[in-house]
Amino acid sequence: MLIHPEEILETINMVSHQHLDIRTVTMGISLRGCSHPDIKVFNKNVYNRILSCAEKLVQTTEEIESLYGIPVINKRISVTPIAIAAESCETDDYSSVAETLDRVAQEIGVDFIGGFSALVQKGMTHGDLNLINSIPKALASTEKVCASVNVATTKAGINMDAVAMMGRTIKQAAELTGDRKGIGCAKLVIFANAPEDNPFMAGAFHGVGEPDCVINVGVSGPGVVNAAVRALDNPTFGDIAECIKKTAFKITRMGEMVGKEVARRLNAQFGVLDLSLAPTPAVGDSVAAILEAMGLESCGTHGTTAALALLNDAVKKGGAMASSSVGGLSGAFIPVSEDQGMIRAVQRGSLSLDKLEAMTCVCSVGLDMIAVPGDTSAATLSAIIADEMAIGMINKKTTAVRIIPAPGTEEGDMVEFGGLLGSAPVMPVHNFSSEDFIARGGRIPAPIQSLTN
Amino acid sequence: MSASRFVITVIGMDRVGIVAGVTRVMAEHSVNIADIRQTTMSDLFTMIMLAEVEAEEFDLAAFQAAMSAIGKDLGVEINVQHEDAFRFMHRI
Repeated sequence: MLIHPEEILETINMVSHQHLDIRTVTMGISLRGCSHPDIKVFNKNVYNRILSCAEKLVQTTEEIESLYGIPVINKRISVTPIAIAAESCETDDYSSVAETLDRVAQEIGVDFIGGFSALVQKGMTHGDLNLINSIPKALASTEKVCASVNVATTKAGINMDAVAMMGRTIKQAAELTGDRKGIGCAKLVIFANAPEDNPFMAGAFHGVGEPDCVINVGVSGPGVVNAAVRALDNPTFGDIAECIKKTAFKITRMGEMVGKEVARRLNAQFGVLDLSLAPTPAVGDSVAAILEAMGLESCGTHGTTAALALLNDAVKKGGAMASSSVGGLSGAFIPVSEDQGMIRAVQRGSLSLDKLEAMTCVCSVGLDMIAVPGDTSAATLSAIIADEMAIGMINKKTTAVRIIPAPGTEEGDMVEFGGLLGSAPVMPVHNFSSEDFIARGGRIPAPIQSLTN
Repeated sequence: MSASRFVITVIGMDRVGIVAGVTRVMAEHSVNIADIRQTTMSDLFTMIMLAEVEAEEFDLAAFQAAMSAIGKDLGVEINVQHEDAFRFMHRI
């Protein structure tokens, strides 16, 4: 089969000018065999287990990068939710586990390690409670550890006790990292319907239905899709959808090739390819810019939800054709701090928290990397979480909240996080209280569509 | 290494000696040219080569470094990528 010169130049152009990249290669590692009543022994087991699986992860990934000439931005590890793996430890404090994870991540050279997590949609065990209580300290005392808590599913409903607790946890995490603008909260996600094979932080963990050791890949290419859409000459929506599908297909193929080769060389199973349009702070690598390319003056104005629905669906369709292993979240991410177009839209006043919430009904994830004033109450944070969890529960989709009440900031300030996390304009929240609503506790029952068995 | 064919692309402003310089480095690393296409679009030089190597003793990293170095000398951008990067991406 001949390789066409135009295809070669197209690929090279995608990489060098349109930010095509493999966003993450994530090794999922099961820690189920590490349990021990003595937390010191448990930590040692965890350390040895991760090191034995992932020692060569970074080196191998770099070899593949140079072999194919495709940049891999992040190398990551996800582990069995620590609430499960550490359940039998005779202690109330799991922060030493976070420190162990951080140490092994530093040694291996990965960018993040996810799995300081608990799944509490229907209720909490002793281990879940310990984990959630340990989150603020764990995030403040480590660099690379990411935490997530699943508080709702379509089948179980919303655990409102956990929602109330997470509002307080976010506040504590922000306060403990107040000297760094509350960066602890950027490493904490609250989920509804969390996927167990997700390579994207901060929500990555290695699900209990997963094999021993698995390679999941997250591919991204908002810049490529943006360039393709902008190159169309007065297109109809049909033309735009078609163009996005074709582009998503190409990006997915690239990710699958890289993921399978990394997995083969590390003797790990190839898990899923998460085809997501995840923006970066780089100019041009923006999901908001794609929406604006469809004819919106500024992201967030009327029509934005429809444009995002088209984009998200076309991405999934293109990916589904290209690979049989599409999983994770797959769709368009709309983090505010990581997307120049979103930041501009907030600053112009065209994008509000309420519009973002509406947009999350039709895209991946949810309210992501949003900074709110430092004096936002825990109950308000919980109420924002509850709204987003309800969207996920009712629509049978994954939703999440990653919100940062940056200490000492007010509406209109900018909060700098650096690196891929970018910088976020502080957005206003409603001033009316949700205190009594959140204090009620209990569980919002699962919706009728959960009865599908 | 499982397969051993690479696509080499050379793009930059045209000048004397680009082909000579690039192919000399390839010869030094025992990289054979299987196919070559070269065009000059206005004064932009583009060359695409399909190159073959003996799988066993080939040091890709060293070859890529040498190609980047000669590219810098000649003022052109050189990419060396495994052919699968192109086959996989555009075709089912």
